[in-house]
Amino acid sequence: MKVIVCLGNVPDTTTKIKFVDDNKAFDTIGVQWIINPWDELALTRAMELKEDSRNTVDTVTVITVGLKEVEPTIRKALAIGADDAIRIDADPKDAYCVAFQLAEVLKKEDFGIVFSGIESSDYNSAAVGGMLAEFLDLPSVSAVSSLQMDESAVNLTRDIDGGREVISIQTPFVAIVQKGIAIEPRIPAMRGIMMARKKPLNVVEPAEQEVLTGFSSFELPKSKPPCKMINPENLKELVDLLQNEANVL
Amino acid sequence: MGKIEIVKGGEFIVKETEAKDIFIPEEFDEEQRMIAQTCQDFLDTEVMPLLDRIDNQEEGLIRELLNKAGELGLLGISLPEKYDGFGQSFVTSMLVCEILGAGYSFAVAHSCHTGIGSLPISFYGTEEQKQKYLPKLASGEWVGAYCLTEPGAGSDANAGKSKAVLSDDSKFYILNGQKMWITNSGFADVFTVFAKIDNDRVLSAFIVERDFPGLTFNPEEKKMGIKGSSTRQIFFNDCKVPVENLLGGRGKGYRIALNTLHMGRIKMGGNVLGAAKLTINQSVNYANERRQFGTFISNFGAIKYKLAEQVIKTFITESAVYRASRNIDEAVEKNLEEGAEEKPLIVAFDQLAIEAAILKVFASEALDYIVDEAVQIYGGMGYSAEMPVDRSYRDSRINRIFEGTNEINRLLLVDTLLKRGAKGEFDLYGEAEKVVKNLVDLPEELEKLSDYYGKKKQYIKHFKKVALFLIHIASEKFERQLVYEQEILNNIADIIMHIYIAESTLLRIEKLESMKGEENIKIYRDILDVFVYDASGIINKCGLDAIHSFADRQDKDLLLKGIKYYTEVEGVNVKEARRRIADKLIEDNRYNF
Ligand SMILES: Cc1cc2nc3c(=O)[nH]c(=O)nc-3n(C[C@H](O)[C@H](O)[C@H](O)COP(=O)(O)OP(=O)(O)OC[C@H]3O[C@@H](n4cnc5c(N)ncnc54)[C@H](O)[C@@H]3O)c2cc1C
Repeated sequence: MKVIVCLGNVPDTTTKIKFVDDNKAFDTIGVQWIINPWDELALTRAMELKEDSRNTVDTVTVITVGLKEVEPTIRKALAIGADDAIRIDADPKDAYCVAFQLAEVLKKEDFGIVFSGIESSDYNSAAVGGMLAEFLDLPSVSAVSSLQMDESAVNLTRDIDGGREVISIQTPFVAIVQKGIAIEPRIPAMRGIMMARKKPLNVVEPAEQEVLTGFSSFELPKSKPPCKMINPENLKELVDLLQNEANVL
Repeated sequence: MGKIEIVKGGEFIVKETEAKDIFIPEEFDEEQRMIAQTCQDFLDTEVMPLLDRIDNQEEGLIRELLNKAGELGLLGISLPEKYDGFGQSFVTSMLVCEILGAGYSFAVAHSCHTGIGSLPISFYGTEEQKQKYLPKLASGEWVGAYCLTEPGAGSDANAGKSKAVLSDDSKFYILNGQKMWITNSGFADVFTVFAKIDNDRVLSAFIVERDFPGLTFNPEEKKMGIKGSSTRQIFFNDCKVPVENLLGGRGKGYRIALNTLHMGRIKMGGNVLGAAKLTINQSVNYANERRQFGTFISNFGAIKYKLAEQVIKTFITESAVYRASRNIDEAVEKNLEEGAEEKPLIVAFDQLAIEAAILKVFASEALDYIVDEAVQIYGGMGYSAEMPVDRSYRDSRINRIFEGTNEINRLLLVDTLLKRGAKGEFDLYGEAEKVVKNLVDLPEELEKLSDYYGKKKQYIKHFKKVALFLIHIASEKFERQLVYEQEILNNIADIIMHIYIAESTLLRIEKLESMKGEENIKIYRDILDVFVYDASGIINKCGLDAIHSFADRQDKDLLLKGIKYYTEVEGVNVKEARRRIADKLIEDNRYNF
């Protein structure tokens, strides 16, 4: 069985965010790009499934929508262990665009599970997984924090408010994963890095598609005022500050 | 592609290099960056959270970390693929050293294991020795150590008393002696041990396994810094070493020791970079948070000066480190083509011995400056043992002592240069004589060039002339006694170091500008401006010190005039330049140059 992992290419979480073009575009100069953290965990889980001989997973394919610049991110996934990669050569404008492009390619693939991160750490729109399942006409389960396979079915755990839900499902389906799906992302080892350059990275042309959204403007959150230290003896000052400066009491 | 012209070690003092011919760290390829990221991820997730436990020498911890590094392949970067290594270029191995260099005591354990602990066998081992040891060293199943120093033989490494004699059945060398300050000794499995066979005057090297009978270890030394690194004395009491464990042949030990150290010295340059960048991050993070007099201390000029100097010292060291590292790779290629008698890499290290010594001294002193100012930026908190700069400060100090003290390396670099000149490897004395002859005809004023890089190149060319005429007159005056004039040799060493570092920085920035355009590299021109200006001052002072110390009265005026002329540079608004450098650091809140 083939497992597909959808990868997002996002700015490193410590990036200093700046905007250009009249605050309509994100300034990518000097930005370091990483695999979207949820997708990276999904990839880890996919690798674990493949490595466990009790499962029938034999191939892990990663797929991403992005221009040539995203290839280092893809090759990192190959270095971690994915068998091959597909890059859809389009600028990922919004969640709809990404889901649509992914679906167009995945329709032609034979797979058991598609992993999608629940959201991406850049725009956090949390929409790709669901839309993708719709386009593929497949069932999807969201907020999956654990995925186990047995002979007859795949068992998923969803973290829901105040509890857990366990679902049993047949392949093929789309698993929209939460943190918890794997414990830690994997660090690519030297051997993997060396092998990555020999693994197939297939570039496919995007399908025709109408762009439905555009950015009007971005705004940075107000910078936080510096932390104020108060003598622990001085409760009155604390209450006064909370009341009159922070306006929380 | 044109053939690369091979760089002869030390030749930079008489030869100009073009920017296109050096390697700069901005040219790392995607794979090298991925390897660097793996090292960084490993450090961040496995090492940094455990620093206190590592420094407490928790049983088995460093060993376990080395094993994990081994699983990722980080112990076999420089070892041949044939023995389960990855056969990476020297430049790549330096990048690994750089990133892991931020790992305090772990960095010491790692670089000892992968450098002086593994490479003697890789360089000099027989096929059997390599097959037996290298795969295990590459995986981390075994850890390596290097035993040269003895109580009576530190800088004077050849003075060791350890002795080996052949057993009656000729199957073993019976080793007796004592080694001290041995890194990784608490848990290492394989030791490269230097000792003299019978009454030899020169050293031989042996591969000794921990389990060989006759090894005992003292408890851990209590150290000022790198407390997590294991350091012990080792005693060899009739230790039985199989004859097949002699490394490189009888009497080859000194050469093995030296070439291993040349390699270790360059690598220290890499290690220092990682530690320097981490310390700068600690410094700027704090300066951007600490408020006094109603403002962040990073707004004070005095603090900006420190931050800028930290950046400059790191950037310029980095420029030289990677330039020299690529020269090693090029020398290896060339040696391979020419079928060098010894292994290409060994020859390459020998060729770059002068640069290695320069990097060792300059980098370790740069780091000591950086950590010292980091403590200062933290103020009273810098003196708290709970702040990260405390560890940075203590752990830095060792670098000026091991891998040959900085005193020894300063002497070595001048000595090696003079010897190569005398051998005619390049025309040192001819060029030096020309400079001396020309001193009488020096124009009243410096020729004013308008081209930015042209001007800087002129300055560096002039600095070289200072080194050359000092070498010439000092050699003439003292002849063989020059070795006893260490103060003057030190002056010359400092001048040469500053020349190499300044030239490497200049060439890097010139190349960078050709890649990115002038608009985008302005801040780097600031770095170059400040450093070349400072270097001129240092070279001037060293030159004057030397001349006042030994020049004959009748030559003195001429020589002083020479120093003045050849160290003159255009004034720089160093205050504003440093502020711009610091402001970028403050804005980024991390080293991002
Ligand atoms: C933490 C630590 C780890 C170490 N790890 C190892 C290891 O793994 N393997 C190993 O073999 N060794 C190791 N060493 C030893 C280290 O290499 C030596 O300490 C170093 O070479 C200096 O030798 P020494 O201590 O005997 O100092 P000395 O040689 O006694 O030097 C004392 C001072 O005199 C100066 N001096 C000496 N000779 C001259 C000269 N000719 N001209 C001018 N000045 C001179 C020195 O520069 C120094 O300032 C380690 C040392 C330490 C502290």
